[in-house]
Amino acid sequence: MTDTNDTRPHMPLGLAQRGYTGVIQQLSARQAGSALSDIELESRLIELGFVEGARVEVLHEGLVGRDPIAVRVDSITIAVRRREAMAIIVA
Amino acid sequence: MELPLLHLALVGTPNSGKTSLFNALTGSRQKVANYPGVTVERKEGFFVTPLGRQVSVVDLPGTYSLRGRSPDEEITRDFVLGKASGEAVPDLVLCVADSTNLRLTIRLLLELKRTGRPMVLVLNMFDIAARRGITVDVDRLAKELGLPVVTSIAVRKGGTADLLKLTDEISAKLAAEAEANSWRALSVAELRATQREADRIIADCVSLPSRPDTWTARIDAVVLHPVGGLVVLALILFVMFQAVFAWAQPLMELLNSGFDMLGEFVHATLPAGLMQSFLQNGVISGVGSVIVFLPQIIIIFLFILLLEDFGYMARAAFLMDRIMGGAGLHGRAFIPLLSSFACAIPGIMATRVIDNKRDRLTTILIAPLMTCSARIPVYTLIISAFIPAKDVWGFINLQGLVMFGLYAAGIISALAVSFLIKFFMLRDYAPAPFMLELPDYKMPRLKSIVIGIYTRAKMFLVRAGTTIFSMMVLIWFLASFPQPPAGATEPAIDFSLAAIIGKALEPLLAPVGFNWQIAVALIPGMAAREVAVAALGTVYAIEGGKEAAEQIGQVLATKWSLATALSMLAWYIFAPQCASTLAVIRRETGSWTWMAVTFTYMLVLAYAASLLTYNVAVALGAG
Repeated sequence: MTDTNDTRPHMPLGLAQRGYTGVIQQLSARQAGSALSDIELESRLIELGFVEGARVEVLHEGLVGRDPIAVRVDSITIAVRRREAMAIIVA
Repeated sequence: MELPLLHLALVGTPNSGKTSLFNALTGSRQKVANYPGVTVERKEGFFVTPLGRQVSVVDLPGTYSLRGRSPDEEITRDFVLGKASGEAVPDLVLCVADSTNLRLTIRLLLELKRTGRPMVLVLNMFDIAARRGITVDVDRLAKELGLPVVTSIAVRKGGTADLLKLTDEISAKLAAEAEANSWRALSVAELRATQREADRIIADCVSLPSRPDTWTARIDAVVLHPVGGLVVLALILFVMFQAVFAWAQPLMELLNSGFDMLGEFVHATLPAGLMQSFLQNGVISGVGSVIVFLPQIIIIFLFILLLEDFGYMARAAFLMDRIMGGAGLHGRAFIPLLSSFACAIPGIMATRVIDNKRDRLTTILIAPLMTCSARIPVYTLIISAFIPAKDVWGFINLQGLVMFGLYAAGIISALAVSFLIKFFMLRDYAPAPFMLELPDYKMPRLKSIVIGIYTRAKMFLVRAGTTIFSMMVLIWFLASFPQPPAGATEPAIDFSLAAIIGKALEPLLAPVGFNWQIAVALIPGMAAREVAVAALGTVYAIEGGKEAAEQIGQVLATKWSLATALSMLAWYIFAPQCASTLAVIRRETGSWTWMAVTFTYMLVLAYAASLLTYNVAVALGAG
């Protein structure tokens, strides 16, 4: 399902607006500047279902700095801060 | 032939309905919640299978993997691997899945399989999945996974029959199945591979409807709206506190007059003397004045349990994350802090879900500032004695408004303290991530709410019957001995030990407007905050002599100035004295230092707040 999105520019999910829908292209923990190590952050994201090919939709965002965001990942909803969502590259 | 006890372990992701399955199997008195990670303590239950096999089952903390990134998850990992100290290796692992949401559980299951433990996949909440049009090819799933798969509906009677039957079948041939453990911490590539494999299996065996749960989406559109969501949250909290006041009132008055009648009865039946004074003033008026608050405590727990079971708590954490982040708190701290409104002890214990040490410590330090239910008796007593019960703007009860203000003061000071901790003590620190599953909403189950409230009410009554009772005996003793000399004209209590202690402390507390009776009452309040009310009741009852039948609130209204009353309220926003909270802080932080820090800072804040309140009130003419 990723090839249909090849024409769209890749961007980190951390910059996505509410209503954005896309497909995860890759995880890149180095871009996130999270308190977690790259490996730990990537592991946690995978455990919550953020893997390549998963459909994501930004459902809600918080009041202060539009943060955190509630993201639909295939069949579940995960709340995550934008800082960590920068590691998720979508298109 | 008597077979040995069969050991089962329940493993699953948070929100998989593990705890409701545990309740259904064992009928134990546990609470069911939606908040990820609420299952922090070791819970074991027992049941007997249809074929008569004795089974022990342990409900392990929810986890998404076996990496063990928090103390909770380490327990789960060690238990499954048979490495947990003092625990039997589980004979059979039940991996519990929410049938509406299999993705993360199947990945966890693929990881669990490597441990070589005999395992069963339990597809829980199968009824909800069916209603939403999700169909699972159970046989094919079992074949793909190489494991027995069974469906269950934990919250329905008989919903676990298949599981029980399967347990019997498996236990009969268990010995042959043990395999070697090949599990080790998974690399990122392996994690990714297991998730891919899980997705492939799900694609083969599960057909998902095109539309997700519309109710959850509709509710979230309102309660997760950036502005509207916060308004809803504030409204929920406001209704909760109004309810604590308005709904509980009739019941409390009923209880109150009940204890009054009992006191009168004892007074009339027994001959005047020490025994009569002990029963009427020490036991009935003392313990009674605490038990009166049972309705309020039930209401506050009702709200907290309903919100937890409904699935709202994770939403509240989402809404509050950045706002609390400004004060240096993690979004996950919201649940422990909200529980602390009931009691700081479960609140502090619930901080175990915060995997970052520093976030956890900050939360523990400020949890006692949340207005716990033990403060309600003190607040209620003083508010009803000094604040008129009139309506403001036609619909808001002034007493409820003051109560709301006291709760707000507690919250604001907690945020301020947290901010100071962040600023001064733990500066060089990047904020820990906030990642939380927002589960679909679920209708709270009457049974689990009832069990939850019953457990809490019982705890409160047991406390009233033991700790509070023994404190009341002590206070009565201090207030009654030594007896006044013959022919003394002053009230008997002026000669007592209580008066001596209270008067010795009085100079320290005089600047905040406390008299010696309050000083006496604050000491047993160390055991439990609400005892202060009972202690005041006893002290004033003995002082008042035979005319003490009137209510403690009316007595206070004549004996205290408004400034003293307000000062007492300000003191209790902080109220450092609660021995059990301090003990839990010591246990959870593993350090006497943090316990001492908590006690000292709260004492200083209490004194400062009272000093300020009293002097401002006196200056405004309320002295």
